[in-house]
Amino acid sequence: MSELRTTPLTAFAIANGGRMVDFAGWNMPVQFESIVEEHKATRSAAGLFDVSHMGEARVEGLEATRFLDHVLTNDISGMSIGQALYSLMCYENGGVVDDLLVYKLGEESYLLCLNAANTEKDLEWLNTKRSGFDVSVANVSDSYALLALQGPKAFPILESIAPGALDGLKYYHFREGELAGAQCIVSRTGYTGEPGVEIFVSPEPAESLAKTLVAAGTDLGLRLAGLGSRDSLRLEAGYSLYGHEISETITPVQANLMWTVKLGKASDFIGKAALAEEKAAGPKKRIVFFKTGNRRIVRSGTLVLTGDREAGVVVSGTFSPELNEAIGSAWVDSDAANAQLSVDMRGKELQLFSTKPPFITLNPQSNHTTSGPSNST
Amino acid sequence: MNIPENLKYTSDHEWLKLLDNDEALIGITDFAQNSLGDITFVEIPESGDSFDTGATFGVVESVKAASDLYMPVDAEVLEGNAALEDAPELVNQSAFETGWIVKIKLLNPEQLNGLLDAAGYAEIAKD
Repeated sequence: MSELRTTPLTAFAIANGGRMVDFAGWNMPVQFESIVEEHKATRSAAGLFDVSHMGEARVEGLEATRFLDHVLTNDISGMSIGQALYSLMCYENGGVVDDLLVYKLGEESYLLCLNAANTEKDLEWLNTKRSGFDVSVANVSDSYALLALQGPKAFPILESIAPGALDGLKYYHFREGELAGAQCIVSRTGYTGEPGVEIFVSPEPAESLAKTLVAAGTDLGLRLAGLGSRDSLRLEAGYSLYGHEISETITPVQANLMWTVKLGKASDFIGKAALAEEKAAGPKKRIVFFKTGNRRIVRSGTLVLTGDREAGVVVSGTFSPELNEAIGSAWVDSDAANAQLSVDMRGKELQLFSTKPPFITLNPQSNHTTSGPSNST
Repeated sequence: MNIPENLKYTSDHEWLKLLDNDEALIGITDFAQNSLGDITFVEIPESGDSFDTGATFGVVESVKAASDLYMPVDAEVLEGNAALEDAPELVNQSAFETGWIVKIKLLNPEQLNGLLDAAGYAEIAKD
């Protein structure tokens, strides 16, 4: 087995009792004391997550905007400096290369935040597609640690260490500034459905910043949180995860993500024709979210049935601490999407109840309905 | 590591507590609950069901994984722990006490000799 990669906060996680797992080749905490407790703490107070495994790419050059509008589905030319935008990057056939966040740093300067498992693939894709554009693409993943501070107490905690840091900062916007003596990019984004920030910081001061946030937040209920609760939080919030609700084969039409695909934007983009065609014809398969009314987790990979017929497969499944039942999502034939769905759980039939996400009432400060989620792994 | 001296153990991280009249309680160990993490569901067999040694008699599910339960001895199930239906987290909170899973009747009590004692189990329950 090859050596696992570590983040600037791996040692900090281990020192704080993190239960470490191999996640996409990274040594990451899946939990500290309890996934459920970390989930609840993030919904009621705050959770602090290390997501430094995520990749970053710097895209710069005279035609950076035009290039990104060509490779990404969302409207890049409409962005203003200081804005963040959720977008997909698609193949010609409409399948998804990755979902990502675009940060507009300057007029022709962008930072992309990529899924850890996809970073190499994404860089290769971007470099293949940039020929003919006056643009450079650099992998700057090692230049950043990334912390996510999420929950209703996230802003008070941040304000207590950096008064005014959030003044006037709108949802899906970011600013560069100093936190605990370190230069940071503070972004009002997240993947939990709670108000919160994601903080890019250089590797050296990352642990010191994390300690400062913990010290400031502990009395308010902040807990260190791992990737386990990150997944249950995002699923409750109805956010897609690459490799689950979207993938090389599951398109944004099927995943109800066409709000991130601007078929009407001025520039042509990779995947546009295929997605327009699939949208017009109606997708053959769809992602549906479900509740179970049962505590039993229906895990990813479980076959979904309608009557005696196979209708699809579960792509995400977890336990919702807020609803106290198992929830999930499945990729099913469109003609079965509104039918009664079930799964076989070791010989017992369990019904799936289709539900429009989110599963919970999201905190209004997360403004879920007007913008998208941050990306994921 | 909490491994009570008065219990018997299996290499599948289950414990057995002998009661009177060849009856016993069975549960999973503290080591097992800690490895599984937050337990969200426990499938418990019907009273009256009989199982051979090693047979699967139920499932413990956590947020992370599902884990089969294996009967440590030939047994007839007398009752399941009804409290786990609404509070499976009892297994996390009290693996050796209120988090017991089934009460059984030993069908071949001499099989107890084949189980591990606390010291023997401690050798297995190492990280």
